[in-house]
Amino acid sequence: MSALLRLHNVSKSFRGLSAVTSVSLAVEPGAIVALIGPNGAGKTTLFNLVAGALRPDSGEIHFNGARIDGLRPDQVCGAGIGRTFQIVKPFAGLSVLDNVVVGALKRATGVAEAKRHGANIIAQLGLRPKGDWPASALTLPDQKRLEVARALATRPKLLLLDEVMAGLRPTECDEMVALFREINRREGLTILLVEHVMRAIMALAHSVLVLHHGEVIAQDAPAQVVRNPSVLDCYLGEDTEL
Amino acid sequence: MNPRAAYLLAALGALLLVLPFVADSYLISLATLILYLAYTGQAWNLMMGFAGQLSLGHALYLGVGAYGAAALYHHFGIGPWAGMWLAIALCVSLAASLGFLAFRYGISGVYFTLLTIAFAEFARIGFDHFNWVGGSGGLFLKVAQRDQIDIFNLRGTPVMFYYVMLALAAGAFALCAWCLQSRPGYYWRAIRENEEAAEALGIDALRWKMLAIVSSAAMTALAGVFWAFYYNNLFPEQIFSIGRSIEIILGPIIGGIGTLAGPILGAALLTLIADGATELVAALGWDVPGVKQLIYGIILFAVVVFLPQGIWPALARKLNLSK
Repeated sequence: MSALLRLHNVSKSFRGLSAVTSVSLAVEPGAIVALIGPNGAGKTTLFNLVAGALRPDSGEIHFNGARIDGLRPDQVCGAGIGRTFQIVKPFAGLSVLDNVVVGALKRATGVAEAKRHGANIIAQLGLRPKGDWPASALTLPDQKRLEVARALATRPKLLLLDEVMAGLRPTECDEMVALFREINRREGLTILLVEHVMRAIMALAHSVLVLHHGEVIAQDAPAQVVRNPSVLDCYLGEDTEL
Repeated sequence: MNPRAAYLLAALGALLLVLPFVADSYLISLATLILYLAYTGQAWNLMMGFAGQLSLGHALYLGVGAYGAAALYHHFGIGPWAGMWLAIALCVSLAASLGFLAFRYGISGVYFTLLTIAFAEFARIGFDHFNWVGGSGGLFLKVAQRDQIDIFNLRGTPVMFYYVMLALAAGAFALCAWCLQSRPGYYWRAIRENEEAAEALGIDALRWKMLAIVSSAAMTALAGVFWAFYYNNLFPEQIFSIGRSIEIILGPIIGGIGTLAGPILGAALLTLIADGATELVAALGWDVPGVKQLIYGIILFAVVVFLPQGIWPALARKLNLSK
């Protein structure tokens, strides 16, 4: 078991409607894996299963050598998985820095240390000038950055990114991609991302998993996936330009 | 804390320390009431203002704390310094049961609030029929000579009670100030703002909400002990009434929920204005029963409409006290 994250036959249905069907996948340490697929394919459900927000009906999830399905979200975070939310959930009444400090406290011995760590993180995300702002005053792209900053502050081994590029301008998107590549290279952070922005996926992902109707229909390098006929058929479309 | 706020706090502390040397007995009783409301407001605010859990049943902890210590004293002659531990233990167990029931089984928001009211009402009805502590007829403590201070049994002059309440209020303020700057304060506020996000950041929401409700209850229990020995009489209809719970929360709401100074400012404003109005009405010879409640209502209405964050945040900005 060399994979950092391994899903084995994981299924989840809601009131009989199958959202994720017998999905097996493995994410190697240090990899950047993108999860793509049409709306309703089960991407966010899969994230919630890994993050402990949902419990699988069947199957097993292993992380870093230990079984994590059935753990609470805070325990999954403790095990070393950080996540962002597709619909941002900032602590609106707290300052930008305090939002990140909450995350940093997970591995810090005290508030002073968490503040130092938090200040470093918001600087990396370009949020330092807005550190004192209430999080509610941030624009949506900045709130997406804050999601990432908070998750990074918990010092995860695996980062789950749920559509953090959506709504960013192309240049902002490229900056975010550069940041993730940098953290991945420097710290060996493993990343699993759900994304629709193909520009980001092509630049960032080492491999791409395609989910359709709750099942994995393809797994390949980005350049191959975009030529895969079944992927073009269900998701990207014939005339996708990249 | 910014230096101006520190000076202001020091000045307030000094003023409160020397107050009994310059004030008459009426003013001391008024100040004691303000400190009592500031203290209970601080306790409620820890749970609502910090952790976002709305309790409308804090009279439960006030009453159980009061009855616990008073019954020990009345039946066995055990003084409040020992009795307060019973009061705290009883209130902590009640709060822990209520909290676990609600937080473990996903009773949140308005349903949680209804549960807090229900617990307080259960207690009111239960104590009405609890004859060992007097039932609805009330429990009365022997009134000792008012001029001799017996600090071990908390019998003594109004000035002694004033200083006891001052110590409690100062302690609660310090505790809340410490909480806000440390892990509990960050975690509680995170849970208040967005519980799901807090959990994703590694916070065990159940555990921290339990800590909030239990701490708040323990603090309120002490106010109950004070109440019992200060007033020397306890009636279930009075101490467990919803009006008592609302009295506790008015100060922080008017002063500013989630702030440190809010409960103190709110308690002072409410008490002084309501008392001033009562005096005025009496001086004018009018007969207006319930003028105090009327004034509370008007102030609450004005604050909710014009300063929904409470008076303190706006005042702090005006005085340049927020950093």
